Amino acid sequence: MATTPPDLDKPSTQLGTTRSASGVRLGDRIFRGSSMGAGIFVLVVMAAIGTFLLIRAIPSLTSNESNVLTTQNFDPDNNDWGIAALAYGTLVSSIIALILAVPVAIGIALFISHYAPRRLAVILAYVVDLLAAVPSVIFGLWGLRFLSEHILPIERWINDWFGWIPVFGGSVNSASSLFTAGVVLAIMILPIIAAVCREVFLQVPRAHEEAALALGATRWEMIRTAVLPFGRPGIISATMLGLGRALGETIAIALILSPSYAINASVLEIGGSTFAANIALRFGEIAETGRSALIASGLVLFLITLLVNMGARAVIARRKEFSGASA
Amino acid sequence: MKLHRFGRLSVVALAGSLALAACGSDDNSDETTGSDAPAASAGSSTAPDAGSGGIACPAGGGTLNGAGSSAQQNAVSEWTKAFQEACPDVTINYNASGSGAGRQAFIDKQVAWAGSDSSIKEEEKTQADANCTGGQAINLPMVVGPIAVAYNIEGVDELNLSAKTIAGIFTGQITKWNAAEITAENPDADLPDADIVAVHRSDESGTTQNFARYLDATAKDIWTYGTEQQWPAAIKGGQGANKSAGVADAVSRTAGAIGYVEYSFVEDAGLSAAKVSNDGQSFVELTPENAAAAVADAEVSGTAPDLALSLNYATTAANAYPIVLVTYEIACSAGQPAADANLVKSFLTYTSSTEGQALLTDNGYAPLPEEVRTQVAETVAAITPGA
Repeated sequence: MATTPPDLDKPSTQLGTTRSASGVRLGDRIFRGSSMGAGIFVLVVMAAIGTFLLIRAIPSLTSNESNVLTTQNFDPDNNDWGIAALAYGTLVSSIIALILAVPVAIGIALFISHYAPRRLAVILAYVVDLLAAVPSVIFGLWGLRFLSEHILPIERWINDWFGWIPVFGGSVNSASSLFTAGVVLAIMILPIIAAVCREVFLQVPRAHEEAALALGATRWEMIRTAVLPFGRPGIISATMLGLGRALGETIAIALILSPSYAINASVLEIGGSTFAANIALRFGEIAETGRSALIASGLVLFLITLLVNMGARAVIARRKEFSGASA
Repeated sequence: MKLHRFGRLSVVALAGSLALAACGSDDNSDETTGSDAPAASAGSSTAPDAGSGGIACPAGGGTLNGAGSSAQQNAVSEWTKAFQEACPDVTINYNASGSGAGRQAFIDKQVAWAGSDSSIKEEEKTQADANCTGGQAINLPMVVGPIAVAYNIEGVDELNLSAKTIAGIFTGQITKWNAAEITAENPDADLPDADIVAVHRSDESGTTQNFARYLDATAKDIWTYGTEQQWPAAIKGGQGANKSAGVADAVSRTAGAIGYVEYSFVEDAGLSAAKVSNDGQSFVELTPENAAAAVADAEVSGTAPDLALSLNYATTAANAYPIVLVTYEIACSAGQPAADANLVKSFLTYTSSTEGQALLTDNGYAPLPEEVRTQVAETVAAITPGA
């Protein structure tokens, strides 16, 4: 590999059948080149997207008279806009989705991998994979037409009993809240998380499980001591995959939320907005400065997603040595 | 084995291209048979000639691309249908991407004309003028869409609302259907003791802007939120819904709801529209004629050949339904490449003709008043292509 033999060109006519002097086939070299090219291409695309967003965002950032990071209002026509409320809505709805979805998804995955009879498990796994492929607009319509009507009594009940906690406080008169958005997001990301977790749980070495059982562990203890620790990096990356989808979800949120640009501690009260939904709702009719402001908010979302993914990578990399090494 | 697979693939590809070619020739034969039907199109590809229904086909045909307002989408698609039927060698594409996006596409020379819910703004006009060598970007009022105040109260078929009451309802100051303000205007109606759910557009929209302009002009002491395209975030309460269809849908699903939405959506959703009054005395029903009467009161605020209208929302003329949305076509008065200019000119000549405007009444729009229409038609006739 280190030295390039001079006779490399000669055998190239007989593609992939002749070895060069150093023992590297031409086919390998082509494959290596093209796969490296693909890898570099991804980086170039990422950089290009970032640069594009930054260039388009600059006009509105310079003309803005408010602090971009702390202003809640979003009124670019009057140079008074910021991303505080959008960031809050995006993160809160996604966090609600994760809180609701992750435990259930892990339960589903464990049931499929360790509890369900084999035939049922196959069917269930298939159904979960199928759910993961449902387009988000379907969830949005379902959330708008069905869920928002039926979740209102539940939200009122939570408000009645737990209204003393600020998060559930306020007056509940409509289901167009961050909580409803979070529930829809949770259902949306549930299949993805469940599918990835199931794959990870199936990877647990048989020896670990049998060792735990042999030591007298019950099935639950076996799962707690052998399966979950082994699967932790997988659970984290599955969660991050789900979070990524939740952060960027657009149309379902745009359909459900009744947008407002204020940070409201209560997740049950009407209002709130997210980056993606705000862009989708306002992009068509907005004038030039506004378009630039929307792109600036897109840039922030881009950075948040990047940070979340990098954080997840870091966590997984740290965990790997504990769980993966012994496998 | 590999060769075999490729062979199979190429067979599929070949079959596909043959099928496509077959489709193509089908289209051609359709075109030739189709062109027999409308008398006008026979000579369409050679010279511009006056056709049936006010359509003069442009020489040489071609493709005309437009983009913009979704409020006039239905109108443009009706016109396009009629126009393409008469001139089969012309293809018109209208992308209802939104007014702002349409104006931007016009500035970027991606489209030959833009549809917009508001006249082109100062800064944008300077940029757009650069595309119109020797001329300027002009606003042509073309589609008048009445905005209905649609409501959903069981057992109430007729509802009278004054401008001040509408403002009170949408700003959240009036919260019950049996509030004194409403019952005073509807002595005969059996109004329930129910909460009002005021539905507004959650997306940025020219409809919201015109509704706000109306309230700003008629109930300024109650409506203090300006005239933005986005529903004011300062108003608490109220329910947002995405696009006109979403508002109509939310109103029809929610008992006690009221919302502002283009008239055509009200008809489609089977909702009732309130009668509206500016002076609190005479309540005007929403009909295309009554909406057109309000536009007749409008004044041209642009300097010729720009025909930007300034509506008199506070009109108290009898039978003038005051909440209207006027959408514009933005085009170059001169200087566009000949191919584009000719297409734009002949299409807009048709849309501003009596026949073109008459087509609108069946689709939830109102025709332009004759006085405005003649001005628009004259301006369109003066469009000249660039060198």
